[in-house]
Amino acid sequence: MTSLDSVPETAPLLAVDRLNTRFDTPEGEVAAVNDVSFTIQPGETIGIVGESGSGKSQVFLSIMGLLAINGRATGSVRFRGEEVLGIPRQRLNRIRGRHMSMIFQDPMTSLNPYLKVSQQLNEVLMQHMGLGQREATKRSIAMLDLVRIPEASRRIDMYPHEFSGGMRQRVMIAMALLCQPGLLIADEPTTALDVTVQAQILDVMEDLRCELQTAIVLITHDMGVIARLSDRVMVMYGGRVVETGPVQALFDHPQHPYTAGLLRAMPRVDRHGTSELYVIPGQPPNLQYLPAGCAYQDRCPHVHDRCLGDVPPLIATAPGRAKACFLDQIHSDA
Amino acid sequence: MTAGSQTTDDTTPLLQVDDLAVHFHINRGLFRSNDVVRAVDGVSFTLNRSETLGIVGESGCGKSTLGRAVLQLLKPSQGSVVWLGQDLTKADTETMRRLRKDLQIIFQDPLASLDPRMTIGDIIDEPLMTHFPELSRSERRERVRSIMDRVGLREQMINRYPHEFSGGQAQRIGIARAMILSPQLIVCDEPVSALDVSIQAQIVNLLTHLQREFALSLVFISHDLSVVRHISHRIAVMYLGKLVEIADRNALFAKQHHPYTKALISAVPVPDPRVERSRQRVVLVGDLPSPIDPPSGCRFRTRCPIAQAPEIQKVCATAEPPLTEVAPGHRAACHFWQQA
Repeated sequence: MTSLDSVPETAPLLAVDRLNTRFDTPEGEVAAVNDVSFTIQPGETIGIVGESGSGKSQVFLSIMGLLAINGRATGSVRFRGEEVLGIPRQRLNRIRGRHMSMIFQDPMTSLNPYLKVSQQLNEVLMQHMGLGQREATKRSIAMLDLVRIPEASRRIDMYPHEFSGGMRQRVMIAMALLCQPGLLIADEPTTALDVTVQAQILDVMEDLRCELQTAIVLITHDMGVIARLSDRVMVMYGGRVVETGPVQALFDHPQHPYTAGLLRAMPRVDRHGTSELYVIPGQPPNLQYLPAGCAYQDRCPHVHDRCLGDVPPLIATAPGRAKACFLDQIHSDA
Repeated sequence: MTAGSQTTDDTTPLLQVDDLAVHFHINRGLFRSNDVVRAVDGVSFTLNRSETLGIVGESGCGKSTLGRAVLQLLKPSQGSVVWLGQDLTKADTETMRRLRKDLQIIFQDPLASLDPRMTIGDIIDEPLMTHFPELSRSERRERVRSIMDRVGLREQMINRYPHEFSGGQAQRIGIARAMILSPQLIVCDEPVSALDVSIQAQIVNLLTHLQREFALSLVFISHDLSVVRHISHRIAVMYLGKLVEIADRNALFAKQHHPYTKALISAVPVPDPRVERSRQRVVLVGDLPSPIDPPSGCRFRTRCPIAQAPEIQKVCATAEPPLTEVAPGHRAACHFWQQA
């Protein structure tokens, strides 16, 4: 089990340094990711939270070399010490799928509808691990068992459409974990699923991270999912990291006004709060016309002159905690 | 027939839905199978004036179909929808047209429900033109401006087109279009599901304010129990076309008498790591069965944690549990509700 407030101090599995991602569009340049730096330790689960357009997915698509054709990423991404940003596709393919893998919200976009699940799973093992057909099938069935697909040895010969949404997402998780990668990136893995099915998938992920010691990046807009599964949290807004910290500390004492606002704006199923929800006024920023200074300035209850001119840097406030805000401290009623 | 407590002093319900069903016939394949999807299958409830009834359930439970059938946007296969003493399922086109003024709907995807070639002003104006042809253009413009202001849209936006708006603003346009005729009932079909958390709170508050200010009745359809808990006075839970539990909001969250409701509530993640990691969870096995061929007896029995014992399974497989009163104003459809 992982403790809620541990601060890891070993050599990082992934080290991202000043990552910037830009998209050329007919309307001009879009700054999707701006000066993002962070590290991930082996075996830890890090939750990335943010709203649409916060850049949370683009960070990891940049790392995996999966940006759209009009996108380009600069900066440095080191996986186990080796630079992976901008390396030739052939070298990247030796790492992707084998040591780092990624799953998405909609499993049907990643599964080939014409191929049996067995072919799609076995291919991964034969390609990356050089296994033979028989050994690959054995490993694939074992992995489907692990993600709790009932009657795995029979179902492995079915086609993706014969599975339900929840089962397909399990197949994707199984496929991503076949080579026992050091890092699994899960981009909104349960967003398209019903809550009772989401609960099953989160259970599976919780068991797997203990069993396989895979580091997990959990990208989601749902603070509840983050609370359930992560050791550490990174909050993104306007393409930047605005706050990071151990999960319990961040939920108990958010230090950035956006994090605080987000937590208060969410109705909770376990209690009935006030009749009025706390509201963050305004809209998320347009990444094409980001203001000078802090991207949250239009919506922030604590905005002052300095926020309009300078971008607040991400500065450590306590061991394992950092925030990008000029404010010394926010009050819980912020 | 009454369900739930009265939230107003008015004793006759505004809306009374009785044994409502919507069946879709699927004619597919060479030999034209006669499969029937029982999307809504015998649902009864009442709605009072100035009351918000939340309808929750997972995909395929029939909650959206139910909302559309109540408004007669889909033709019910059986049952009645009595609105202020008049059965809508038997109303002719002219009567229905007149009543629509009072019965409005807002949708999940606001942009898809707005005509891209019309300006915001014209979109909001259209219901007025239909129902109040005697009003002059300037009178109508005045009303459009006033409702835009009420839902938080700036006056300068009146000549803009839908694509220029974000999701949250587009939902405000949808709400303005529904509100322009001063309706008594609005069916809200997943109105905040496509919105970001920070925008969701804005729209939920707006709906709450409008509901109080205009004594509106809302049918709030959503898969999100946290939002439903926040906004509803009473909550109905659906599973595979059936109502499985209905109660006052507080009563339902205090004690669930149907195992599905219990599982549903316990599955929603709570944004607090300490609470979330120490919760007792009822994790359901398996997936939703097909609504073409639902399980016999109780439709929930294939995933039910209570129905696993053989002697219980026998009862659940043979008899369909009726919606029984388990406490005043609290009804549940489970043979073994005392064990839930």
